[in-house]
Amino acid sequence: MTISVEKPSSDAQSGGKVPLVELKNIGKSYGNITALKDICLRVHAGEVTGILGDNGAGKSTLIKIIAGLHQQSEGELLVDGKPTTFGSPAEALGKGIATVYQNLAVVPLMPVWRNFFLGQELRKKTFPFSLDANAMRATTLSELSKMGIDLPDVDVPIGSLSGGQKQCVAIARAVFFGARVLILDEPTAALGVKQSGVVLKYITAAKEAGFGVVFITHNPHHAHLVGDHFVLLNRGRQKLDCTYDDITLEHLTQEMAGGDELEALSHELRSGKD
Amino acid sequence: MTTQANPDASTHTVVRDERVKERNRLQRLMIRPEVGAAIGAILIFVLFLVVAEPFREASSLATVLYASSTIGIMACGVAMLMIGGEFDLSTGVAVTFSSLAASMLAYNLHLNLWAGAALALVLALGVGFFNGFLVMKTRIPSFLITLSTFFMLAGINLAVTKLVAGQVATQSVSDMQGWDSAQKVFASSFTIGNVSIRITVVWWLVFTAIATYVLFKTKIGNWIFAVGGDAEAARAVGVPVTKVKIGLFMFVGFCAWFVGMHLLFAFNTVQSGQGVGNEFFYIIAAVIGGCLLTGGYGTAIGAAIGAFIFGMTNQGIVYAGWDPDWFKFFLGAMLLFAVIANNAFRNYAAKK
Repeated sequence: MTISVEKPSSDAQSGGKVPLVELKNIGKSYGNITALKDICLRVHAGEVTGILGDNGAGKSTLIKIIAGLHQQSEGELLVDGKPTTFGSPAEALGKGIATVYQNLAVVPLMPVWRNFFLGQELRKKTFPFSLDANAMRATTLSELSKMGIDLPDVDVPIGSLSGGQKQCVAIARAVFFGARVLILDEPTAALGVKQSGVVLKYITAAKEAGFGVVFITHNPHHAHLVGDHFVLLNRGRQKLDCTYDDITLEHLTQEMAGGDELEALSHELRSGKD
Repeated sequence: MTTQANPDASTHTVVRDERVKERNRLQRLMIRPEVGAAIGAILIFVLFLVVAEPFREASSLATVLYASSTIGIMACGVAMLMIGGEFDLSTGVAVTFSSLAASMLAYNLHLNLWAGAALALVLALGVGFFNGFLVMKTRIPSFLITLSTFFMLAGINLAVTKLVAGQVATQSVSDMQGWDSAQKVFASSFTIGNVSIRITVVWWLVFTAIATYVLFKTKIGNWIFAVGGDAEAARAVGVPVTKVKIGLFMFVGFCAWFVGMHLLFAFNTVQSGQGVGNEFFYIIAAVIGGCLLTGGYGTAIGAAIGAFIFGMTNQGIVYAGWDPDWFKFFLGAMLLFAVIANNAFRNYAAKK
């Protein structure tokens, strides 16, 4: 992490350090539909940034921009303080930004270990440089057991694993391949309580290991458990930007649920029942 | 790989554990994509051994293998393309296109036949690139793009041959430079014992072996399965989807060129109208061999077995003394059976 020689950025928490990834007034429109407008966001090493928002708030568009799948229509994307535009996900990966998508970007019919190493296969050191299948199998097994996933056989098609197992394979893959910034798209959305706990513990471990984590979720409870910094999106706009110290779970939940709207709704429903 | 700047696995802990090898080899064998085709091939082989006496001779096997090889070389490329999730209907006429091009270019420009063959290779790869580029650029299904190419090539074959040669077949080129050496490579025979075997049989096995190696033991192979299984997922983890798919179309072009060279050096003159309909035989061989039409699943060995089944049926019907008109009926029935059987096998495999 380099120390910025310029004046300290507006983000007090960073202590003058350059964020790994920073978004400045990012906007995205598809034709005449504005999906995002004026989004500012900083991702620091060793921090979890929780991005919250209801369906259609623009969370997916936002991560697609950071991941290099889409380009922003306005605003700046800075990596290590330098303005960058990603032409492809490979470029983002090259800068250490790894995304674990909701659909996990796995190929269902391929074995677990082939999915784990897809795009970055290990080859033997000697001619003809064939794939080192046994090393990849063993590495996949050991990386997964670190995540608390004990697969009897990494040769099964990944499509046959449970949602939580698939999620763990995808996260373990991103971590193994030297991501500095880990973007997790709703990692707990499809999981049960216990498996969510495993994933949340893993997020904390990743943060302590110095990763910058972007945790996209619509569950304020999960976000508040691990987040250092929260950004709330609503209809493509940034509604809230605060640190863990600034906000309580109740407040976050209320903001997330629509704030005053929820109170009005609750009042309406309650009085209707009585 | 150049597209990825760093994520270099060598800097990370790579665990080597000799205990972690493929387990339960028998079970793994049972769920391979080509197992249905292999069982089918054995059944058909036994059937013809029983009903057709001439089928039992070694020379008949050589004939069957020859018929299988000309389909099998092409089916190998088609299978790779299908595993990569695409489809090519122009292969049948692309074979004829290659041999016509080689013959006419060499004849009319007074070139060595090898030079003609090289120019034809450039054209064949160009057709493959054209197909792949259009499919990737327009995102129109490859079925439609290559259907268009099929008709365009069929038209070019007839029209240009008539224009250049003044007839529907090319002139004899057997007295030209390079004929002898090229014929040795593409269309010679050798004898084992007293059975004469065509060289294409060897090439067929070589193509299948290389394709199998590439599919399962190289990065490219991993990427081929990935772009066929889920192109978006593959792209998201950094696989160059467009390049892989265009490369596959060009490999199909290469196979078409190779079979085209065999036809030219085996028959000397090439009929401009031939090859139409053969594209289905290649696809049938690949599908019988366990390739999924939706991509991401299949093997080159399966395609070879599919081609062998094709060759056996093709020749076996003649040896059995049946009316050869029934051949296509059998082919269709076998395809139907194979598709249903492969589907059942795959469901079984998915549960394992």
